[in-house]
Amino acid sequence: MTESPNLVAFTPERLETVKEIIARYPEGRQKSALLPVLHVAQEQWGWLSSEVMDYVAGILKIEPVEVYEVATFYTMYHLDPVGKHVIEYCRTGPCCLMGGEDVYGHLKQKLGIEAGGTTADGKFTLKEVECLAACGWGPVFQIREQFYMNLTNEKVDQIIEDLSK
Amino acid sequence: MARKILTEHINVPGIETFDVYRKQGGYTAVEKAIKTMTPEEVVEEAKKSGVRGRGGAGFPMGMKWGFLAKPEGVPRYLVCNADESEPGTFKDHHLMKCIPHLLIEGMIISSFALGANKSFIYVRGELMYVIRILEKAIAEAKAQGFLGKNILGSGYDLELVVQPGGGAYICGEETALLESLEGKRGNPRNKPPFPAVKGLYQSPTVVNNVESISNMPWIINNGGDAYATIGIGRSTGTKLISASGHIQKPGVYEIELGVSVDEFLNSDEYCGGVRKGHYLKALVAGGSSVPILPANLITKTAAGEDRLMTYESLSDGGFATGTMLGSGGFIVFDETACIVRNTWNFSRFYHHESCGQCSPCREGTGWMEKVLHRIEHGHGSMHDIDLLVDISKKIEGNTICPLGDAAAWPVASAIRHFRDEFVWHITHPQEATQPGAVYMGEMVLG
Ligand SMILES: Cc1cc2nc3c(=O)[nH]c(=O)nc-3n(C[C@H](O)[C@H](O)[C@H](O)COP(=O)(O)O)c2cc1C
Ligand code: SF4
Ligand code: FES
Repeated sequence: MTESPNLVAFTPERLETVKEIIARYPEGRQKSALLPVLHVAQEQWGWLSSEVMDYVAGILKIEPVEVYEVATFYTMYHLDPVGKHVIEYCRTGPCCLMGGEDVYGHLKQKLGIEAGGTTADGKFTLKEVECLAACGWGPVFQIREQFYMNLTNEKVDQIIEDLSK
Repeated sequence: MARKILTEHINVPGIETFDVYRKQGGYTAVEKAIKTMTPEEVVEEAKKSGVRGRGGAGFPMGMKWGFLAKPEGVPRYLVCNADESEPGTFKDHHLMKCIPHLLIEGMIISSFALGANKSFIYVRGELMYVIRILEKAIAEAKAQGFLGKNILGSGYDLELVVQPGGGAYICGEETALLESLEGKRGNPRNKPPFPAVKGLYQSPTVVNNVESISNMPWIINNGGDAYATIGIGRSTGTKLISASGHIQKPGVYEIELGVSVDEFLNSDEYCGGVRKGHYLKALVAGGSSVPILPANLITKTAAGEDRLMTYESLSDGGFATGTMLGSGGFIVFDETACIVRNTWNFSRFYHHESCGQCSPCREGTGWMEKVLHRIEHGHGSMHDIDLLVDISKKIEGNTICPLGDAAAWPVASAIRHFRDEFVWHITHPQEATQPGAVYMGEMVLG
C-alpha cells in the first residue's frame, strides 16, 4: 500500500505555531508540547480523531499511545465529532446556587438535546463540565474561548439566536 | 479602607498594558531585586514577610524556597500554579485577567531568587483567553528588557512559558501538575521525593500559586517586615477571597487577614450581606474541599469569640466546630439551599476528578456519590448516613494525594452539622424530592 501523505496536516500557519511551542522546552523534552499542541489540533479539526492523534505523535516523536493516554484523561479534548458551537456549561455547586439548574434546563429544552448531545443541524453540542473558575459570575458557560456569565433564560435565548444566524 | 497589596491598581484603565502598569510603579521591584539584591536576600525578604502559600495548603513561601536543592550544573525550575479549579475559587482568574503584569513581575523576582532561567505558568486550559493576555504581557516585558537574555544588563537570563492544561482539577495538585507539564496524564506522584529535590524533568522545582507569587513585587518594594505587620499572628498580609453564592455582591475581594467573618460577609465594602429577604444557613469558607459550617458557627467560634478571616481562627475548634481558610473560596448558602443536594453535587465533582490511582479515592468517591444521589432522590435508608461517614473515614489519610481528604471532608462535615436534613430526606422522600424542597427544621450541632 502506498502512503497517503498530508491527508492530515496542520495548516502552514498552525505548523509554525506548533514549532514555536516545541521550541519552548529543553532539548529532548518536546513531549511537554503535547497538551498545547492538542489544543491547536482541536482548533483546526474540531475534535481529535485517531488519525489526528497519530499525526501529533509523529510530530512530537512520541508513541501514539502516549497521545491517546493524554487525550482521554483531560476533559477538554473531544474524542468524537462535535457541532459547530460546543457549549460547555458549569454544573458545579456555586453555579447551581445561582439558579444554574433552571437555566441549563432551559438551554437543553431550547436546543432539544441533553448533555453530550448534538443538534440535528450540527450547530450545537452540549457538554456538562465542572467549575470554570467563574463562580461569582454564575451560572456560566463557555463556547470556545469565550465565557458567558450571569446567565438567565433570556440571555440564553439571545445567545442561541445570535449563534444560530 | 483596608490596605491593598495586589488589587490597589486593578481598576486603573489600561492596567493590563505594560505602559500603564509601569506608570503605576510596576517593575520597580524587578529593578530593585536584580540590580541591588542577591538571590539570597530576596529569599530572606520572602521569609521575613511570613507570606503563606495561597493555593490552599498555606505553607510559608520563604521556607519552601529555602528547601530548594541546588546541585551543581542542574537547572532549577519555578512553576506557577494557575490551574485554579477548586469549586468556589476564581481569584487567580480575576487577577491574571485584570493585571497580568503583576504576576509576570512576581515571576521574574521569584525566578531570580531561586536561580531559575526557565519558568512556567501552568494555566487551566479553559482560560485560553487569559493565556493570550499573559503571553501578550510577557512579550511586552521582554521588549522592554525585563525578560529574556541579560535582564537589565545584569547577566541574568529568564524565559517565561505559559502552559495550558487540558481540563483536570487534579492537575492543581503540584506533582500532578508537573506530570501534566511533562506531557503526561495528571497522576500525582508518590512523595518523597518532593519537588524541591526532584520536580519538573527530575530537577529541583518550586511550585507556587499565582497569588503567592504576586505578593513579591510589594514585598521587595516595601520589605518583608512591612508585609508581616499586616494581618494577625501567623496570618500575615492580605488574601484574595472569591465570594459566591447567596450574597448581595459576589466577586473577588482583597482583605487584610484578620478582618472578621461578620464584617466580610455583611459590610458593604465586601459581600454586602446575604441576598435581600433571606437569611444565612451555611458557609463554605475556603473552597469546596473544606468543611461546611452551619450558621451558628460562622461569625462566632464555638467558644463565642468573633471568628476572623485568618488561617487560625477559621480552623478554631478543629473539624468539630471549625473549618479552613483553604484557597479562599467563600461560598454562602441561604435558607433556600439544600445541603444534601449540594453535598451530592460536590461528591460528584470529586468522583469525576479523581485520577483513579488509589482505590480508596477511586472507589470511595464513586460510592459516596451513589449513596448521596439515592438519598437526594428519595431512595435512601437510615443506614446510608452511617455508611457515608464510614466511607469518608476510609478515604481520609489513605491516599497518595490530598484529593481523597478533600472529597471526604465536605461529606463528613455536612453530616456532622446537618444530620437532621439527611434524615428528613430519608424519612420524607415524597416531600424532599419536590422541586426546590428544602428542610427548614432545627439545625443540629455535631
Ligand atoms: C486536588 C488538589 C487541587 C489543587 N489545586 C490547586 C490549584 O488549583 N491552585 C493552586 O495554587 N494550588 C492547588 N493545590 C495545592 C498545590 O498542590 C500546591 O500546594 C500549591 O500550588 C503550592 O503553592 P502555594 O504554596 O503558593 O499555595 C491543589 C491541591 C490538591 C490536592
Ligand atoms: S487521592 Fe485520588 S486523585 Fe489523589 S492520587 Fe489517589 S486516586 Fe488520584
Ligand atoms: S461553580 Fe460554576 S464556575 Fe465555579
